[in-house]
Amino acid sequence: MAIAIPPKARLIGRRLLQAAPAIAGIVIITFLLTRALPGDPAVYFAGPAADEASIAEIRKQLGLDRSLPVQFLAYLGDLATGNLGTSISTGQPVLTELITRLPASLELTLIALLLSIAVAVPLGVLAATRPDSWIDHLCRFVVTAGVSLPTFFTGLALVYLFYYLLGWAPPPMGRLDILYLPPDPVTGFYLIDTVIAGDLQATLSALQHLILPAVTLALFTLAPIARMTRAAMLQVLASDFIRTARAAGLSRRKVLFGYAFRNAVLPVITTLGMVFSFALGANVLVEKVFAWPGIGSYAIEALVVSDYAAVQGFVLAMALLFVALNLTIDIIYTLVDPRLRLED
Amino acid sequence: MASIADHPTPASRRNSFWRHFRYVLASNPVTAVAFALFMMFVTAALFGPWLVPYDPLATDGASALQPPSWSHWFGTDHLGRDVFSRVVVATRLDLSISVAAVALSFAAGSALGSLAGYYGGWTDRVVGRCLDTIMAFPLFVLAMGIVAAAGNTIENVIYATALINLPFYARMARAEVNVRRESGFVQAAKLSGNSDLRVLAMHIFPNSLPPMMVQISLNMGWAILNAAGLSFIGLGVRPPTPEWGIMVAEGANFIVSGEWWLALFPGAALMLAVFTFNLLGDGLRDLVDPLRRT
Amino acid sequence: MNAIPLLDVRDLTVEFATRRGTVRAIERVNIAVGKGETVGIVGESGSGKSVTSYAVMRILDRAGRIAEGAITFGGIAIDKAPEKVMTELRGREMSMVFQNPRAALNPIRSIGRQIEDVLIEHALAVRSTAKQAAIESLRAVKIANPEERYHAYPFELSGGMCQRVVIAIALACRPQLLIADEPTTGLDVTTQKTVMDLMVELTQARGMSTILITHDLGLAAAYCDRIVVMEKGKVVEQARAASLFSDPAHAYTKRLLRATPRLDSNVRDLLPEPKPAPPPMPQGAPLLEVRDLVKEFSGRRGAAAFRAVDGISFTVHEGESLGLVGESGCGKSTTSAMVMRLLDPTSGAIRFAGEDIAATPAARFARSPLRGKLQMVFQDPTDSLNPRWSAFDSIADPLFRLGGIRRDAARGRVEELARLVGLPQELLDRFPHQLSGGQKARVGIARAIALDPKLLILDEPTAALDVSVQAVVLNLLADLKVELGMSYLFISHDLNVVRLICDRVIVMRQGRIVEEGQTESVLHDPQHQYTRTLLEAIPHPPAIYQGEGLPA
Repeated sequence: MAIAIPPKARLIGRRLLQAAPAIAGIVIITFLLTRALPGDPAVYFAGPAADEASIAEIRKQLGLDRSLPVQFLAYLGDLATGNLGTSISTGQPVLTELITRLPASLELTLIALLLSIAVAVPLGVLAATRPDSWIDHLCRFVVTAGVSLPTFFTGLALVYLFYYLLGWAPPPMGRLDILYLPPDPVTGFYLIDTVIAGDLQATLSALQHLILPAVTLALFTLAPIARMTRAAMLQVLASDFIRTARAAGLSRRKVLFGYAFRNAVLPVITTLGMVFSFALGANVLVEKVFAWPGIGSYAIEALVVSDYAAVQGFVLAMALLFVALNLTIDIIYTLVDPRLRLED
Repeated sequence: MASIADHPTPASRRNSFWRHFRYVLASNPVTAVAFALFMMFVTAALFGPWLVPYDPLATDGASALQPPSWSHWFGTDHLGRDVFSRVVVATRLDLSISVAAVALSFAAGSALGSLAGYYGGWTDRVVGRCLDTIMAFPLFVLAMGIVAAAGNTIENVIYATALINLPFYARMARAEVNVRRESGFVQAAKLSGNSDLRVLAMHIFPNSLPPMMVQISLNMGWAILNAAGLSFIGLGVRPPTPEWGIMVAEGANFIVSGEWWLALFPGAALMLAVFTFNLLGDGLRDLVDPLRRT
Repeated sequence: MNAIPLLDVRDLTVEFATRRGTVRAIERVNIAVGKGETVGIVGESGSGKSVTSYAVMRILDRAGRIAEGAITFGGIAIDKAPEKVMTELRGREMSMVFQNPRAALNPIRSIGRQIEDVLIEHALAVRSTAKQAAIESLRAVKIANPEERYHAYPFELSGGMCQRVVIAIALACRPQLLIADEPTTGLDVTTQKTVMDLMVELTQARGMSTILITHDLGLAAAYCDRIVVMEKGKVVEQARAASLFSDPAHAYTKRLLRATPRLDSNVRDLLPEPKPAPPPMPQGAPLLEVRDLVKEFSGRRGAAAFRAVDGISFTVHEGESLGLVGESGCGKSTTSAMVMRLLDPTSGAIRFAGEDIAATPAARFARSPLRGKLQMVFQDPTDSLNPRWSAFDSIADPLFRLGGIRRDAARGRVEELARLVGLPQELLDRFPHQLSGGQKARVGIARAIALDPKLLILDEPTAALDVSVQAVVLNLLADLKVELGMSYLFISHDLNVVRLICDRVIVMRQGRIVEEGQTESVLHDPQHQYTRTLLEAIPHPPAIYQGEGLPA
């Protein structure tokens, strides 16, 4: 019996186990994407200039002449050994490329999410506590306008304004001025690595390059978070237990933050999963606009030349990243909401 | 099967609908604006090619990269094509892609979700597992993967957009059906001799429609964004076909040198279209919510 | 009453801003509550009784405001007091207990912490002493093992327990006034009694004043010194409890008193105008025979299966009304769903008109020829009508599906049914949200009798209705039974109501039948201890015009 394991740890363990079917589903879909859908992968992998013979050769080489289950087992074996194939355009193993480029995408996405949470949550709370005030109208405008903004368009507009017109921002090319050498990779996050390297000038440059893409992405994710926060707060504020708290004479501060906000946070945390999904997708577009050397622009370059192993590796990496983010959300939720402990 | 349409008092019901429609438009000017914009987009989609002053594909090297003027309202692009004509003509393609995708995912999603919500048990588990698998991907990334694998065509963009929208409809339909499954009027319908499928189709589903209509409208916006995003990175639509996403992508190269109009106008059209559908979603909720109809 | 009342409400008018302009929820209400006094505010839904109390606490919704009048509490002008003063008064000097106790507690904060919050807010405890004080508060409301319960969350407690916690929060700071807004609505009668007794015991011991807001005259009679009757936002009458019952002055009060079932009333007594009693119906052969009926629900994740219905047998004869009575969770609704063939039993037989209808799976019973003969009236008239269908559509549905009636012929039959249930013809084209509760109930009944059923199951048909509407609906059901020659199986938690309609009753508890017999004998000479507890827990208004003597 697992008596010694605290219930919270056991719940977290269960959440981890619940991610298993999602990962299995992802592996199956990524496999099917190459093998079972219309179109001949061998043609992709052979490249545009290949003839019949070389396509047949590649088909054999890739094991495409074998039965689907056998191919799937081979695919699983490849995944287990970290073999995602080789990119035909760069000649590098896909895994290596993804690992080198992942930190750039992560740095951008995480900074953008932190930024949008920091703005959206207070905005939503304020809007809900002051219905029909200017901040409520502002919130509603931001919410409706924000979800209508195509990320790539916002990005371009910001570039035009802050780079071309005002000249405040550096050119939308990469993570660092060409004057600076990339720091030694420790975390892969330039903001941190440059500080570790003691090159604060480079830190500043990295920050300048990061701001516009991060703001672009943040503007996109702002709307769903603000909308959910506002809606959740409004719903909680109208609920019976808030009335009880008010009738018991708890101060406005206590009612708003101790009671209402803590309850409203729960649905907001749930929404974050969806927001991550949007953010990771929009990330691809932002990376293209700002020539950001992350896995998104890697995938777009690969798409252009039909470098399928690279695209597939990218899809798999993004999906696994998303599962990891969702898992984090689930675990946070489990820790916050006592009702989930009932399942135990 | 007799439909609800041949109701004994269809006239009075239709009247009350129009009265309510006018009331909603009058009481909420934002919805009225959204509805006007919607009609504008529909007009552009239907009659665009006949309304525009220039052939959207005609190049003219002499007048390349001209800023907006009286002869070219939105300026010209690097090949001298009229940006205004291209933006208007593109409406049809952009709306067709998203309408087709949303229609597909609504039909499939609400059918799957309703069955899962009504029957529960293993139907629910199987459907739920499939939806979870789709949702385990960042959706735009999944759409990229599908179009890349299935082939770079407009049809595949539609299928991919439909697939990534499907879980929203399915989950919503499931939840809406589920809350009504045990309600009194559903039990009463069974006692009146309605079969399970009939109960689902005639009693539960129509009551689940209002929230789903809102979802459709919001999703239209999202579907347009997705399709445009895919063409922005070179999937689906190919040049020289006029399409908003690809026009923004082409215009992007000229932003750093100051030719803003190439990207701005198609981008603004895209934004306005999405904005319209989002506003319309809120208006629709007022329109179809029977509890607020008086 | 003392010379200076603790709470004095003068000419209070409250307005709400709505989509259709300003609406007056209450108008020129005058209520005074003396020290140590218990005042009941009684009225049906929409009478403004809750709004009055929210105004006193100054916790009206954002849309509501005090338009006119004055509220004085302990010398403080509540209507003009700044919010800061109100925060100090609420919980400290005046506090409130609400309906639906589970929702009234913060779902993600332990109950101990919620009590502590109030104590600390009003400076009656500091962090280090708060826990002990909170445990004492829990002990005061008689919660066993308060040290352990301190850590419990609302979802881990029963409804009655949650209400005790809400009371503990309300009384933690020993306020002078407690406002209880429908504190026991939704709780079982036995729980209702313990909660009410507890509240009275605590408030009396502390010399507090209490306002009890309720729709239940019986409850008000049992616990209040003085009763205020409200109708449509106005006070129509207020009097000492005893004299209100012996000598009601206002017509509305009289109507309300009549409509409330008492120990000795029959179904006709509830109506405002006298009407001859329905003729007794001769009882015939057995119509419904239930034998050893069992329903098990499999437990989650290997937990033991739960027997909702545990081997019950009973018979309903032709022309008979059988009552099935019990508290929530006793298995009565599961039983009715099985008899109605909406749910398949685990084992046992259900014979209806000589056929074993349990042999046909519930999913296929919709096509059985017996379907039309076995119908049901549902608990919540709103929930039981399709919101997108007009009254006509709802009533006609069974005619089209089972009655083989064509569309053009249906109008006449539906109009006839509407006449039978007393639904005006012009309402047939309305949608449920355009009908009142009583009208919706009539639509539900018309639909149930559309196919001339032999057996009608009435599943708490009046539980969601106001008493005056309940009186009319009960009488309608009594008349229809004779007129159409039906038998009834009446499911209810309320022995008082069952008594008015039923010849025999069955008392259920935990899936089993504990007592069965003729209605009068079960009511007056209950054999089982549980039946006695149930009967004692029901508060009765005293018989009209018989002077003093309040039953406890």
